Amino acid sequence: MAEEIKTTCLHDNHVALGALMTPFAGFDMPIQYKGIVEEHNAVRTNVGVFDVSHMGEVAVTGPEAEKFVNYIFTNDIKGAEPGKVFYGMMLYPDGGTVDDLLVYKMGENDFFLVINAANIDKDVAWINEQAVNFDVKVENQSDYYAQLAVQGPEGENTIKNVLDLDGSDLTFYTVKKVEYDGETIILSRTGYTGEDGFEIYASHKAIVKMWNLLMDAGVQPCGLGCRDTLRFEVGLPLYGDELTAEISPIMATLGMFVKLDKEGGFIGRDACAQQKAEGSAKKLVGLELHDKAIPRHGYEVLQGDTVVGYVTTGYRGISVEKSLAFALVDRAAGTLGNELSVRIRKKVFPATVVKKRFYTTSYKK
Amino acid sequence: MSKIIDGLYYSESHEYVRVDGEFGYIGITDYAQHELGNVVYVDMPEVDDEVAAGEEFGAVESVKAASDLMSPVSGTVVEVNEALEDEPGLINKDAFENWIIKVELSDKGELDDLMDAEAYKAMIGE
Repeated sequence: MAEEIKTTCLHDNHVALGALMTPFAGFDMPIQYKGIVEEHNAVRTNVGVFDVSHMGEVAVTGPEAEKFVNYIFTNDIKGAEPGKVFYGMMLYPDGGTVDDLLVYKMGENDFFLVINAANIDKDVAWINEQAVNFDVKVENQSDYYAQLAVQGPEGENTIKNVLDLDGSDLTFYTVKKVEYDGETIILSRTGYTGEDGFEIYASHKAIVKMWNLLMDAGVQPCGLGCRDTLRFEVGLPLYGDELTAEISPIMATLGMFVKLDKEGGFIGRDACAQQKAEGSAKKLVGLELHDKAIPRHGYEVLQGDTVVGYVTTGYRGISVEKSLAFALVDRAAGTLGNELSVRIRKKVFPATVVKKRFYTTSYKK
Repeated sequence: MSKIIDGLYYSESHEYVRVDGEFGYIGITDYAQHELGNVVYVDMPEVDDEVAAGEEFGAVESVKAASDLMSPVSGTVVEVNEALEDEPGLINKDAFENWIIKVELSDKGELDDLMDAEAYKAMIGE
Protein backbone atom coordinates (compact mmCIF):
# COMPACT_ATOMS: atom_id res chain seq x y z
CA MET A 1 0.00 0.00 0.00
CA ALA A 2 1.39 3.37 -0.99
CA GLU A 3 1.91 5.72 1.92
CA GLU A 4 0.45 9.15 1.67
CA ILE A 5 3.10 11.73 0.89
CA LYS A 6 3.79 14.26 3.62
CA THR A 7 4.32 17.97 3.21
CA THR A 8 6.11 20.61 5.25
CA CYS A 9 4.41 23.76 6.53
CA LEU A 10 6.05 25.66 3.65
CA HIS A 11 4.72 23.43 0.87
CA ASP A 12 2.32 26.05 -0.53
CA ASN A 13 5.10 28.63 -0.46
CA HIS A 14 7.36 26.39 -2.54
CA VAL A 15 4.64 25.74 -5.09
CA ALA A 16 3.86 29.46 -5.30
CA LEU A 17 7.56 30.14 -5.97
CA GLY A 18 7.41 27.72 -8.90
CA ALA A 19 9.71 25.15 -7.32
CA LEU A 20 10.28 21.80 -8.98
CA MET A 21 8.77 19.45 -6.37
CA THR A 22 9.82 15.81 -5.94
CA PRO A 23 9.12 13.16 -3.32
CA PHE A 24 12.07 12.79 -0.96
CA ALA A 25 12.08 10.70 2.22
CA GLY A 26 8.29 10.56 2.20
CA PHE A 27 7.88 14.33 1.80
CA ASP A 28 7.01 16.36 -1.29
CA MET A 29 10.07 18.62 -1.29
CA PRO A 30 11.50 21.39 -3.48
CA ILE A 31 14.48 20.21 -5.56
CA GLN A 32 15.13 23.62 -7.08
CA TYR A 33 13.56 27.01 -7.60
CA LYS A 34 15.78 28.95 -9.97
CA GLY A 35 18.32 26.26 -10.80
CA ILE A 36 20.72 24.09 -8.85
CA VAL A 37 23.81 25.96 -10.05
CA GLU A 38 22.51 29.43 -9.09
CA GLU A 39 21.30 28.19 -5.71
CA HIS A 40 24.56 26.37 -5.03
CA ASN A 41 26.56 29.50 -5.83
CA ALA A 42 24.30 31.69 -3.68
CA VAL A 43 25.24 29.57 -0.66
CA ARG A 44 28.96 29.51 -1.48
CA THR A 45 29.25 33.24 -2.10
CA ASN A 46 26.36 34.93 -0.28
CA VAL A 47 23.43 33.28 1.47
CA GLY A 48 20.56 30.89 0.80
CA VAL A 49 17.70 29.44 2.82
CA PHE A 50 16.53 25.82 2.80
CA ASP A 51 13.28 24.40 4.10
CA VAL A 52 14.51 21.32 5.94
CA SER A 53 11.39 20.80 7.99
CA HIS A 54 11.31 17.18 6.89
CA MET A 55 14.18 16.42 9.27
CA GLY A 56 13.24 14.60 12.48
CA GLU A 57 13.71 15.81 16.04
CA VAL A 58 13.76 13.65 19.16
CA ALA A 59 14.09 14.96 22.70
CA VAL A 60 15.82 12.71 25.25
CA THR A 61 15.54 13.82 28.86
CA GLY A 62 15.58 12.25 32.32
CA PRO A 63 18.11 11.32 34.99
CA GLU A 64 20.04 8.94 32.72
CA ALA A 65 19.75 10.95 29.49
CA GLU A 66 23.47 11.61 29.14
CA LYS A 67 24.43 8.04 29.89
CA PHE A 68 21.79 6.76 27.48
CA VAL A 69 22.58 9.05 24.56
CA ASN A 70 26.27 8.27 24.96
CA TYR A 71 25.40 4.56 24.77
CA ILE A 72 23.51 4.80 21.46
CA PHE A 73 25.80 7.45 19.89
CA THR A 74 29.34 7.07 18.53
CA ASN A 75 30.67 10.48 19.54
CA ASP A 76 31.42 11.29 23.21
CA ILE A 77 29.05 13.77 24.85
CA LYS A 78 29.98 13.02 28.46
CA GLY A 79 30.51 16.11 30.56
CA ALA A 80 30.03 18.51 27.65
CA GLU A 81 29.00 22.08 28.29
CA PRO A 82 25.35 22.85 27.54
CA GLY A 83 25.16 24.48 24.14
CA LYS A 84 27.52 22.02 22.46
CA VAL A 85 26.48 20.19 19.29
CA PHE A 86 27.95 16.82 18.28
CA TYR A 87 27.90 14.93 14.99
CA GLY A 88 27.97 11.14 15.04
CA MET A 89 26.06 7.96 14.30
CA MET A 90 23.76 5.43 15.91
CA LEU A 91 24.97 1.94 15.05
CA TYR A 92 23.71 -1.61 15.02
CA PRO A 93 25.80 -4.08 17.04
CA ASP A 94 27.53 -5.19 13.80
CA GLY A 95 28.72 -1.64 13.14
CA GLY A 96 26.19 -0.92 10.36
CA THR A 97 24.66 2.53 10.58
CA VAL A 98 21.12 3.13 11.89
CA ASP A 99 21.45 6.83 11.09
CA ASP A 100 23.82 9.76 11.29
CA LEU A 101 22.61 12.62 13.45
CA LEU A 102 23.32 15.73 15.44
CA VAL A 103 23.07 15.64 19.22
CA TYR A 104 22.40 19.03 20.82
CA LYS A 105 23.15 19.37 24.51
CA MET A 106 20.42 21.78 25.58
CA GLY A 107 21.01 21.34 29.34
CA GLU A 108 22.03 18.77 31.92
CA ASN A 109 20.36 15.50 30.90
CA ASP A 110 18.48 17.37 28.21
CA PHE A 111 19.35 16.38 24.64
CA PHE A 112 17.85 17.20 21.25
CA LEU A 113 18.58 14.70 18.48
CA VAL A 114 18.24 15.73 14.82
CA ILE A 115 17.76 12.73 12.55
CA ASN A 116 17.19 12.08 8.85
CA ALA A 117 13.65 12.38 7.56
CA ALA A 118 13.72 8.99 5.85
CA ASN A 119 14.69 7.34 9.14
CA ILE A 120 12.33 8.95 11.64
CA ASP A 121 10.11 5.91 12.27
CA LYS A 122 13.04 3.50 12.27
CA ASP A 123 15.15 5.69 14.56
CA VAL A 124 12.41 6.39 17.07
CA ALA A 125 11.65 2.68 17.30
CA TRP A 126 15.37 1.93 17.69
CA ILE A 127 15.88 4.58 20.37
CA ASN A 128 12.84 3.41 22.31
CA GLU A 129 14.01 -0.21 22.11
CA GLN A 130 17.42 0.67 23.56
CA ALA A 131 15.88 2.93 26.21
CA VAL A 132 14.08 0.20 28.16
CA ASN A 133 16.86 -0.20 30.71
CA PHE A 134 17.48 3.51 31.19
CA ASP A 135 15.60 6.11 33.22
CA VAL A 136 14.90 8.43 30.29
CA LYS A 137 12.01 9.98 28.42
CA VAL A 138 12.12 9.80 24.62
CA GLU A 139 9.83 12.16 22.77
CA ASN A 140 9.46 12.36 18.98
CA GLN A 141 8.93 16.08 18.31
CA SER A 142 9.21 15.86 14.53
CA ASP A 143 5.62 16.94 13.94
CA TYR A 144 6.01 20.02 16.13
CA TYR A 145 9.28 21.37 14.76
CA ALA A 146 9.75 22.92 11.37
CA GLN A 147 13.31 23.84 10.37
CA LEU A 148 15.11 26.38 8.23
CA ALA A 149 18.78 26.30 7.30
CA VAL A 150 20.22 29.74 6.51
CA GLN A 151 23.56 28.97 4.91
CA GLY A 152 26.41 30.96 3.45
CA PRO A 153 28.98 33.59 4.42
CA GLU A 154 26.19 36.17 4.84
CA GLY A 155 24.21 33.89 7.16
CA GLU A 156 25.00 35.71 10.38
CA ASN A 157 24.11 39.13 8.94
CA THR A 158 20.98 37.76 7.32
CA ILE A 159 19.44 36.28 10.45
CA LYS A 160 20.37 39.46 12.34
CA ASN A 161 19.01 41.93 9.81
CA VAL A 162 15.99 40.02 8.56
CA LEU A 163 14.92 37.91 11.52
CA ASP A 164 16.44 39.90 14.40
CA LEU A 165 18.22 36.76 15.61
CA ASP A 166 21.69 37.24 17.05
CA GLY A 167 24.00 34.39 16.15
CA SER A 168 27.23 36.30 16.66
CA ASP A 169 27.94 34.61 20.02
CA LEU A 170 27.59 31.11 18.54
CA THR A 171 30.72 29.36 17.32
CA PHE A 172 30.52 26.47 14.84
CA TYR A 173 28.63 23.51 16.35
CA THR A 174 27.03 25.37 19.25
CA VAL A 175 23.36 26.03 20.02
CA LYS A 176 21.17 28.29 22.12
CA LYS A 177 17.50 28.86 22.84
CA VAL A 178 16.14 32.25 21.91
CA GLU A 179 12.78 33.99 22.14
CA TYR A 180 11.05 34.69 18.84
CA ASP A 181 7.54 35.99 18.37
CA GLY A 182 6.43 34.80 21.81
CA GLU A 183 7.93 31.31 21.64
CA THR A 184 11.21 29.67 22.51
CA ILE A 185 13.08 28.51 19.43
CA ILE A 186 16.37 26.69 18.87
CA LEU A 187 19.20 28.38 16.96
CA SER A 188 22.42 26.55 16.11
CA ARG A 189 25.49 27.38 14.07
CA THR A 190 25.41 24.21 12.02
CA GLY A 191 24.70 23.10 8.49
CA TYR A 192 25.23 20.65 5.69
CA THR A 193 26.78 22.84 3.02
CA GLY A 194 30.42 23.38 3.99
CA GLU A 195 29.67 27.04 4.57
CA ASP A 196 29.08 29.05 7.70
CA GLY A 197 25.41 29.12 8.58
CA PHE A 198 22.58 28.53 10.98
CA GLU A 199 19.77 26.08 11.55
CA ILE A 200 16.57 27.26 13.16
CA TYR A 201 14.01 24.94 14.82
CA ALA A 202 10.64 26.42 15.67
CA SER A 203 6.87 25.97 15.41
CA HIS A 204 5.29 25.87 11.97
CA LYS A 205 3.84 29.32 12.57
CA ALA A 206 7.20 30.90 13.40
CA ILE A 207 8.98 29.15 10.53
CA VAL A 208 6.40 30.32 7.98
CA LYS A 209 6.78 33.86 9.31
CA MET A 210 10.59 33.70 9.07
CA TRP A 211 10.47 32.20 5.59
CA ASN A 212 8.22 35.02 4.35
CA LEU A 213 10.52 37.63 5.87
CA LEU A 214 13.53 36.02 4.20
CA MET A 215 11.72 35.92 0.84
CA ASP A 216 10.68 39.58 1.19
CA ALA A 217 14.32 40.43 1.89
CA GLY A 218 15.36 38.73 -1.36
CA VAL A 219 17.20 35.78 0.19
CA GLN A 220 17.64 32.98 -2.37
CA PRO A 221 15.42 29.96 -1.62
CA CYS A 222 17.45 26.78 -2.12
CA GLY A 223 16.20 23.28 -2.86
CA LEU A 224 17.42 19.85 -1.96
CA GLY A 225 19.25 19.66 -5.31
CA CYS A 226 21.96 22.07 -4.27
CA ARG A 227 21.88 20.82 -0.69
CA ASP A 228 23.26 17.59 -2.13
CA THR A 229 25.89 19.19 -4.39
CA LEU A 230 27.05 21.45 -1.56
CA ARG A 231 27.45 18.66 0.98
CA PHE A 232 29.08 16.40 -1.60
CA GLU A 233 31.83 18.87 -2.52
CA VAL A 234 32.94 19.20 1.10
CA GLY A 235 33.02 15.46 1.74
CA LEU A 236 29.90 15.11 3.89
CA PRO A 237 28.03 11.78 3.76
CA LEU A 238 24.36 11.26 3.01
CA TYR A 239 22.59 8.45 4.82
CA GLY A 240 21.45 5.94 2.22
CA ASP A 241 24.48 6.59 -0.01
CA GLU A 242 27.66 6.78 2.09
CA LEU A 243 26.23 5.39 5.33
CA THR A 244 23.78 2.49 5.41
CA ALA A 245 22.93 -0.53 7.54
CA GLU A 246 25.80 -2.20 5.64
CA ILE A 247 28.25 0.73 5.73
CA SER A 248 29.81 1.50 9.10
CA PRO A 249 31.38 4.88 9.88
CA ILE A 250 34.77 3.15 9.89
CA MET A 251 34.19 2.03 6.28
CA ALA A 252 32.99 5.55 5.47
CA THR A 253 36.27 6.86 6.97
CA LEU A 254 34.35 8.84 9.59
CA GLY A 255 36.33 7.29 12.45
CA MET A 256 36.97 10.71 14.00
CA PHE A 257 33.32 10.72 15.10
CA VAL A 258 33.60 7.24 16.62
CA LYS A 259 35.09 7.39 20.12
CA LEU A 260 36.13 3.79 20.64
CA ASP A 261 37.67 4.47 24.04
CA LYS A 262 34.87 6.44 25.66
CA GLU A 263 33.56 5.41 29.06
CA GLY A 264 30.73 2.88 29.07
CA GLY A 265 31.16 1.94 25.41
CA PHE A 266 28.34 2.21 22.86
CA ILE A 267 26.30 -0.03 20.60
CA GLY A 268 28.47 -1.13 17.68
CA ARG A 269 31.74 -0.33 19.44
CA ASP A 270 33.32 -3.77 19.23
CA ALA A 271 32.54 -4.14 15.55
CA CYS A 272 34.06 -0.73 14.83
CA ALA A 273 37.13 -1.50 16.94
CA GLN A 274 37.66 -4.71 15.00
CA GLN A 275 37.22 -3.00 11.62
CA LYS A 276 39.66 -0.31 12.66
CA ALA A 277 42.25 -2.81 13.92
CA GLU A 278 42.01 -5.22 11.00
CA GLY A 279 41.04 -2.77 8.27
CA SER A 280 37.49 -2.98 6.95
CA ALA A 281 37.04 -4.97 3.73
CA LYS A 282 35.53 -1.91 2.02
CA LYS A 283 36.44 1.73 2.24
CA LEU A 284 34.85 4.96 1.04
CA VAL A 285 37.14 7.05 -1.16
CA GLY A 286 37.04 10.14 -3.32
CA LEU A 287 37.51 9.75 -7.08
CA GLU A 288 38.50 12.40 -9.57
CA LEU A 289 37.86 11.62 -13.21
CA HIS A 290 40.16 12.96 -15.88
CA ASP A 291 37.24 13.37 -18.29
CA LYS A 292 34.02 15.38 -18.15
CA ALA A 293 31.77 12.30 -18.04
CA ILE A 294 29.80 12.14 -14.80
CA PRO A 295 29.88 9.17 -12.43
CA ARG A 296 26.49 8.48 -10.84
CA HIS A 297 25.25 6.44 -7.88
CA GLY A 298 25.59 2.72 -8.53
CA TYR A 299 28.09 2.89 -11.41
CA GLU A 300 30.83 0.24 -11.26
CA VAL A 301 34.37 1.10 -10.19
CA LEU A 302 37.12 -1.02 -11.72
CA GLN A 303 40.79 -1.72 -11.19
CA GLY A 304 42.02 -3.07 -14.49
CA ASP A 305 39.18 -5.36 -15.58
CA THR A 306 38.05 -6.22 -12.05
CA VAL A 307 35.07 -4.57 -10.40
CA VAL A 308 36.31 -3.31 -7.02
CA GLY A 309 33.35 -1.23 -5.91
CA TYR A 310 30.64 1.21 -6.87
CA VAL A 311 29.92 4.92 -6.88
CA THR A 312 27.84 6.12 -3.90
CA THR A 313 27.45 9.75 -5.07
CA GLY A 314 28.84 11.52 -8.12
CA TYR A 315 28.56 14.92 -9.75
CA ARG A 316 30.12 17.32 -12.13
CA GLY A 317 31.28 19.62 -9.31
CA ILE A 318 29.86 23.14 -9.31
CA SER A 319 32.39 25.02 -7.15
CA VAL A 320 35.06 22.56 -8.30
CA GLU A 321 34.80 22.08 -12.05
CA LYS A 322 35.70 18.43 -12.17
CA SER A 323 33.82 15.14 -12.41
CA LEU A 324 33.97 13.72 -8.90
CA ALA A 325 32.62 10.81 -6.92
CA PHE A 326 32.51 9.06 -3.61
CA ALA A 327 32.93 5.33 -4.09
CA LEU A 328 32.89 2.32 -1.80
CA VAL A 329 35.78 0.12 -2.93
CA ASP A 330 37.88 -2.81 -1.77
CA ARG A 331 40.34 -1.50 0.80
CA ALA A 332 43.39 -2.49 -1.25
CA ALA A 333 42.11 -0.51 -4.24
CA GLY A 334 41.43 2.60 -2.19
CA THR A 335 44.94 3.90 -1.60
CA LEU A 336 45.32 7.62 -2.28
CA GLY A 337 46.70 8.21 -5.75
CA ASN A 338 45.66 4.78 -7.01
CA GLU A 339 44.43 4.69 -10.61
CA LEU A 340 40.97 3.15 -10.99
CA SER A 341 38.21 3.61 -13.53
CA VAL A 342 34.45 4.09 -13.61
CA ARG A 343 32.10 2.48 -16.11
CA ILE A 344 29.76 5.15 -17.46
CA ARG A 345 27.27 3.68 -19.91
CA LYS A 346 29.32 1.93 -22.62
CA LYS A 347 32.72 3.41 -21.80
CA VAL A 348 35.27 3.18 -19.01
CA PHE A 349 36.85 6.39 -17.72
CA PRO A 350 40.09 6.60 -15.71
CA ALA A 351 39.84 8.04 -12.21
CA THR A 352 42.36 8.76 -9.46
CA VAL A 353 41.71 8.07 -5.78
CA VAL A 354 41.76 11.44 -4.01
CA LYS A 355 40.68 12.89 -0.66
CA LYS A 356 36.91 13.13 -0.23
CA ARG A 357 36.96 16.81 0.61
CA PHE A 358 36.93 18.29 -2.88
CA TYR A 359 36.28 21.86 -1.73
CA THR A 360 37.67 23.70 1.28
CA THR A 361 35.27 24.94 3.91
CA SER A 362 35.09 28.17 5.84
CA TYR A 363 33.52 27.77 9.27
CA LYS A 364 33.52 30.24 12.16
CA LYS A 365 35.66 28.54 14.78
CA MET B 1 5.60 27.84 -21.85
CA SER B 2 8.09 25.95 -23.94
CA LYS B 3 9.20 26.93 -27.40
CA ILE B 4 8.11 24.60 -30.20
CA ILE B 5 9.17 25.08 -33.80
CA ASP B 6 6.96 24.23 -36.78
CA GLY B 7 8.42 22.02 -39.47
CA LEU B 8 10.50 19.84 -37.12
CA TYR B 9 9.81 16.21 -36.25
CA TYR B 10 9.41 15.29 -32.59
CA SER B 11 9.80 12.06 -30.63
CA GLU B 12 7.96 10.94 -27.51
CA SER B 13 11.26 11.05 -25.63
CA HIS B 14 11.62 14.78 -26.43
CA GLU B 15 14.19 14.73 -29.20
CA TYR B 16 13.66 16.66 -32.42
CA VAL B 17 14.90 16.19 -35.98
CA ARG B 18 15.42 19.15 -38.28
CA VAL B 19 15.60 17.74 -41.80
CA ASP B 20 17.93 19.32 -44.33
CA GLY B 21 17.95 17.30 -47.56
CA GLU B 22 19.40 13.87 -46.79
CA PHE B 23 20.55 14.98 -43.35
CA GLY B 24 18.87 15.37 -39.99
CA TYR B 25 19.99 17.52 -37.07
CA ILE B 26 19.04 15.84 -33.80
CA GLY B 27 18.73 17.58 -30.47
CA ILE B 28 16.48 17.82 -27.44
CA THR B 29 13.46 20.08 -27.26
CA ASP B 30 13.11 23.27 -25.28
CA TYR B 31 10.62 21.49 -23.05
CA ALA B 32 13.21 18.77 -22.33
CA GLN B 33 16.00 21.23 -21.49
CA HIS B 34 13.64 23.04 -19.14
CA GLU B 35 12.67 19.81 -17.39
CA LEU B 36 16.33 18.81 -17.04
CA GLY B 37 17.60 22.09 -15.65
CA ASN B 38 21.27 23.08 -15.96
CA VAL B 39 22.89 20.77 -18.52
CA VAL B 40 26.44 20.00 -17.39
CA TYR B 41 27.54 17.26 -19.78
CA VAL B 42 26.52 15.83 -23.14
CA ASP B 43 27.72 12.34 -23.98
CA MET B 44 27.87 12.20 -27.78
CA PRO B 45 28.69 9.45 -30.26
CA GLU B 46 31.55 9.78 -32.73
CA VAL B 47 31.47 10.64 -36.40
CA ASP B 48 30.77 7.52 -38.51
CA ASP B 49 28.89 5.81 -35.65
CA GLU B 50 25.58 4.29 -36.69
CA VAL B 51 22.42 5.33 -34.84
CA ALA B 52 19.12 3.47 -34.99
CA ALA B 53 15.59 4.77 -34.53
CA GLY B 54 14.42 4.25 -30.97
CA GLU B 55 17.88 3.39 -29.69
CA GLU B 56 20.12 5.21 -27.30
CA PHE B 57 22.99 7.21 -28.84
CA GLY B 58 24.28 9.17 -25.87
CA ALA B 59 23.10 11.06 -22.84
CA VAL B 60 22.44 14.55 -21.68
CA GLU B 61 23.21 15.16 -18.03
CA SER B 62 21.86 17.75 -15.67
CA VAL B 63 23.44 18.39 -12.28
CA LYS B 64 21.09 15.84 -10.78
CA ALA B 65 20.74 13.05 -13.32
CA ALA B 66 21.68 11.47 -16.63
CA SER B 67 18.99 11.11 -19.31
CA ASP B 68 19.54 8.82 -22.26
CA LEU B 69 19.30 10.32 -25.71
CA MET B 70 17.16 8.19 -28.02
CA SER B 71 17.61 8.61 -31.72
CA PRO B 72 14.35 9.42 -33.50
CA VAL B 73 15.79 8.18 -36.81
CA SER B 74 18.37 5.77 -38.22
CA GLY B 75 21.52 6.76 -40.01
CA THR B 76 25.21 7.58 -39.82
CA VAL B 77 26.62 10.35 -37.67
CA VAL B 78 28.37 12.85 -39.95
CA GLU B 79 28.98 15.57 -37.39
CA VAL B 80 28.73 16.14 -33.64
CA ASN B 81 28.22 19.58 -32.11
CA GLU B 82 31.66 20.05 -30.60
CA ALA B 83 30.69 23.34 -29.00
CA LEU B 84 28.71 21.32 -26.46
CA GLU B 85 31.88 19.64 -25.22
CA ASP B 86 33.10 22.90 -23.73
CA GLU B 87 29.77 24.55 -23.12
CA PRO B 88 26.97 22.03 -22.52
CA GLY B 89 24.84 24.85 -21.09
CA LEU B 90 24.25 26.07 -24.68
CA ILE B 91 21.39 23.57 -24.72
CA ASN B 92 19.70 25.57 -21.96
CA LYS B 93 20.22 28.81 -23.88
CA ASP B 94 18.65 27.55 -27.09
CA ALA B 95 17.91 23.85 -27.46
CA PHE B 96 16.81 24.12 -31.10
CA GLU B 97 19.81 26.16 -32.22
CA ASN B 98 22.21 23.84 -30.40
CA TRP B 99 21.59 20.47 -32.02
CA ILE B 100 23.63 17.51 -30.76
CA ILE B 101 24.37 15.34 -33.80
CA LYS B 102 23.96 15.57 -37.56
CA VAL B 103 22.96 12.29 -39.17
CA GLU B 104 22.83 11.11 -42.76
CA LEU B 105 19.33 9.62 -42.82
CA SER B 106 19.12 6.01 -43.99
CA ASP B 107 15.33 5.82 -44.13
CA LYS B 108 13.35 9.03 -44.47
CA GLY B 109 10.18 6.97 -44.14
CA GLU B 110 10.91 6.83 -40.39
CA LEU B 111 9.99 10.50 -40.15
CA ASP B 112 6.37 9.47 -40.61
CA ASP B 113 6.49 7.76 -37.21
CA LEU B 114 7.35 11.04 -35.48
CA MET B 115 5.10 13.88 -34.32
CA ASP B 116 4.70 17.27 -35.91
CA ALA B 117 4.82 20.46 -33.82
CA GLU B 118 1.11 20.41 -33.13
CA ALA B 119 1.03 16.80 -31.97
CA TYR B 120 4.11 17.36 -29.78
CA LYS B 121 2.53 20.43 -28.28
CA ALA B 122 -0.53 18.38 -27.39
CA MET B 123 1.65 15.64 -25.88
CA ILE B 124 3.42 17.97 -23.48
CA GLY B 125 0.10 19.53 -22.59
CA GLU B 126 0.74 23.07 -23.82
